[in-house]
Amino acid sequence: MDVKDIIREENLVYKKSRLLTDTPFNFCPGCGHGTVVRLIAEVIEEMGIEHDTVGISPVGCSVFLYDFYDFDVVEAAHGRATAVATGIKRVMPDKFVFTYQGDGDLAAIGTGETIHACNRGENFVIVFINNGIYGMTGGQMAPTTLEGMKTATCPRGRDVKTMGYPLNITPLLAQLDGTYYVTRQAVHTPAAVRKTKRALRQAFENQKNKKGMSIVEVVSNCNSGWGLPPLQANRWMEENMFAKYQLGDMKVDGVLQMR
Amino acid sequence: MKGNEAIAEAAIRAGADAFFGYPITPQTEVMEYLMETDATARTGMVVLQAESEVSAINMVYGAASCGRRVMTSSSSPGISLMCEAISYLAGAELPCLIVNVSRGGPGLGTIQPSQADYFQTVKGGGHGDYKLLTLAPSSVQEMADFVALSFDLAFKYRNPVMILSDGAIGQMMEKVYLPEERPRLTEFPDWATTGTRPGQHGRTITSLNLLSSVHEVHNQRLQAKYRQMEQEEIRYEELYCDDAEYVVVAFGISARIAQNTVERLRAAGKKVGLFRPITLYPFPAPQLAALAKRVKGFLSVELSAGQMIEDVKLAVGSQVPVEFFGRLGGMVPTPEEIEGALRKYFSL
Ligand SMILES: Cc1ncc(C[n+]2csc(CCOP(=O)(O)OP(=O)(O)O)c2C)c(N)n1
Ligand code: SF4
Repeated sequence: MDVKDIIREENLVYKKSRLLTDTPFNFCPGCGHGTVVRLIAEVIEEMGIEHDTVGISPVGCSVFLYDFYDFDVVEAAHGRATAVATGIKRVMPDKFVFTYQGDGDLAAIGTGETIHACNRGENFVIVFINNGIYGMTGGQMAPTTLEGMKTATCPRGRDVKTMGYPLNITPLLAQLDGTYYVTRQAVHTPAAVRKTKRALRQAFENQKNKKGMSIVEVVSNCNSGWGLPPLQANRWMEENMFAKYQLGDMKVDGVLQMR
Repeated sequence: MKGNEAIAEAAIRAGADAFFGYPITPQTEVMEYLMETDATARTGMVVLQAESEVSAINMVYGAASCGRRVMTSSSSPGISLMCEAISYLAGAELPCLIVNVSRGGPGLGTIQPSQADYFQTVKGGGHGDYKLLTLAPSSVQEMADFVALSFDLAFKYRNPVMILSDGAIGQMMEKVYLPEERPRLTEFPDWATTGTRPGQHGRTITSLNLLSSVHEVHNQRLQAKYRQMEQEEIRYEELYCDDAEYVVVAFGISARIAQNTVERLRAAGKKVGLFRPITLYPFPAPQLAALAKRVKGFLSVELSAGQMIEDVKLAVGSQVPVEFFGRLGGMVPTPEEIEGALRKYFSL
């Protein structure tokens, strides 16, 4: 049996979305970013809205989103994605707009923009990658860095007495009247990937129905920043990140979900 | 009407698609007027109060990416906050209008008029090699006239344009002939990220190039654009310069006051003139250099410690003396003070 015998229609288990270009992802092997980027393309393709979609890639490991997607993408300054998205959505209310932000972007430098865009109930989708660290700049402390976790700027572990506590921002955003759907997912197992895809679809459907802000947080890994091989990183994430950042829906159809 | 109101009314009439702003004295009337006269009901334009100037200018960036006529207005401290995004706008080549009704600094400073943001406006402000095409109105009429012009220049060059005004012109009440109303855009440039057409590949708005060799080419293209502005967009006004021996160089409110001085001295038989740069970038350097061949000296009059004078000196070189008179921190000179400076330096 050679390669030609394998590449057959009946053997197809996965097909790259046509909304992904041929540019190879620049993410580290095993990083969750690539999975989420792919899922968004799939959801947009399945909804048939690629000609009505504008994505926003702020500074972070996802800044090159525009090289990977074959639809319109606007790069934003670090932290300003939701302000840029507001500007786009306000002048084109019938288009689909989403931001794709890291924890540094959404919960540190861009906290103000995040809270106020949510509070205004802007009708777009925020995809929030929480990996507890600054990936792009080489593994510094993020607002979401866990207590005791080591990073390049807290090499002896995050000391909450001087460095503050890990910021669990999504439940805060769920409290705001302007948010309609807030959920926290992961992409470390096939089942989790499917759930995340359903959540993304829900978020885009909400936008279609003009329901206001939908936020899909994905708790993800950063093998490079955490200094762990992919499998170990995922295990570490399950044991530590999920304990602090519990997966599940926080707000559905505008209704807070009791825990 | 007030200068600030003229800006707002002119924006509606210029077919602006969106205004994003944050209150700060002495320019708050711009957004207040847009809300009060219900600009949204009149033309459908978006008017939104942001949570900060940082957010406002990034909303501008977003709407500008969609090829819309979009603007913001603020005053000095607010403009300082916007500078990162202004650099992004220039880098990503997005058209927009930014109005600075400037006040005295540094820091919180004063709400009184100032021209001390000249350097910030024409020499950078934000990071990187970029230029803002800058118009400096000296009357309420020009506040109104420069809005549509700014939008058109912004689109011509795919570059942000600034109207650098000051608290005096912003608050001053004068009669204005309002410009004709024109419709908002219904078609958008090909580069605008408005959603692709079937068969079209995704477009990108970005200022990022990791490859230095590519980024140098991008920068060279921006520079070529700036050289073109220097060829085509210089605007200025000369008063009594034909036979003048001494010329005051002043823009905005300073030019208004200096005009008074010049007219008084003319009445007294003194050969003085006024040169008023209307574009601060591109600066009318060739015109000043030509004038320098005919006059005996220049006096730069500014509401600052002397900023534009550097450009005057660059233009004039060592042909004739260039002197300075300015007031600081929100103080405005009287025509007599300017006359005193002329008499002192040039023994009129
Ligand atoms: C104003 C500004 N400050 C700092 C930076 C440097 N910077 C780039 S990305 C980044 C943090 C990225 O972390 P995150 O948002 O969590 O995304 P990740 O890279 O982890 O996906 C920082 C600090 C910048 N580009 N701009
Ligand atoms: S640095 Fe971290 S977040 Fe960035 S691509 Fe690599 S693993 Fe992913």
